[in-house]
Amino acid sequence: MFRIDFNKLRFLVCDDNPHMRRILRTLLHSFGAREVYEAEDGATALEMYSHYVPDIVITDWAMPIFDGLELAQMIRQPESKGNPYAPIIMLTGHSEKRRVTVARDAGVTEFLAKPISAKGLYQRILNVVASPRPFIKTKTYFGPDRRRNTNSAYMGPERRVGEKHEVMQQPSLLDKARSSI
Amino acid sequence: MAKNSARDIEVKAFPTHHVITQPNPLRKVLRRVEEKDMDDPVGRAEQALAGLSGEFKDWMAIEAGRLVTAYAAVQKVGFTKDARDELFRAAHDIKGDAATFGYPSAAVIAESLCRVVEHAPDLAKVPAELFSHHINAIQAIVSENTKLDSISVGSELSRRLRKVADEYLAHVNRDRPEHLEAVLAPSIVPGE
Repeated sequence: MFRIDFNKLRFLVCDDNPHMRRILRTLLHSFGAREVYEAEDGATALEMYSHYVPDIVITDWAMPIFDGLELAQMIRQPESKGNPYAPIIMLTGHSEKRRVTVARDAGVTEFLAKPISAKGLYQRILNVVASPRPFIKTKTYFGPDRRRNTNSAYMGPERRVGEKHEVMQQPSLLDKARSSI
Repeated sequence: MAKNSARDIEVKAFPTHHVITQPNPLRKVLRRVEEKDMDDPVGRAEQALAGLSGEFKDWMAIEAGRLVTAYAAVQKVGFTKDARDELFRAAHDIKGDAATFGYPSAAVIAESLCRVVEHAPDLAKVPAELFSHHINAIQAIVSENTKLDSISVGSELSRRLRKVADEYLAHVNRDRPEHLEAVLAPSIVPGE
């Protein structure tokens, strides 16, 4: 079985709602995290992202002026001096298909719909820690591979071409461990 | 935790894209343990959340008050961008938080209000009662301290408001297929 050493992880939480920040802080500290930095808007979060270099970003979507979507887009700049690869978990009240697609296309790693639960948050963190996806860079996208599954029956348009070589999954630690048991 | 250096990152180029792989920079935080040594972080977090629950009533009252203030601003200045955005955010926060705070019916009503704000083609033409009924219902649920939410009144109220709002949105968006599809589409995201 696997345990996450939360005390070695650095989190950046961005939410304009102080109650939700308090809940997130409580949950993360209960998991064992010690370093939890908080921002109440996207601009502050971006500054803190550069300064503290968090391992995982958890952000709301709807915030005034500079929202969570823009924050994700700013982090996912392949040429930036900062780390463009950090996992981004979007925690939001938005749950419509269109919104999920937009968040995915902005480079969000995981999507968690409110209301928040300890189990849901833990599962998303476990996903980004244990099963990171390769990054894809195209003319219009830079972020985690949006193909979570290979669907041989897929009939729609392809966003990218490259034959079978393009499916290169980074090995999942959980899968490796399971196969070794 | 330091990120991987550039030499650890492998880039494979294809005609339309690059695939970038790197050793998992977070692998060091994942430890294999015996089952007997496995703790229960989720249970611990749920307990901690329960410890916060004494504050939820006050928090919910603050959120409901913010919604009332936002709508009062709309009534005063109309649906300017700032007023509209603040009304949406106030309702959206209740949609996201109220179930956690123990007011699930308030969350459903707030979601309905969000949909009206987001999908009505002209907010100035939305009957004022549609807004006020949503906001009054949330206020009533909060001020009655979950009494309305713990019995069927709250869920019946939220169900009816949602029905009225959906019928209105379906009517006013009948010539706007993109919005109509969004109005009629169910959520696709699981909560957990």
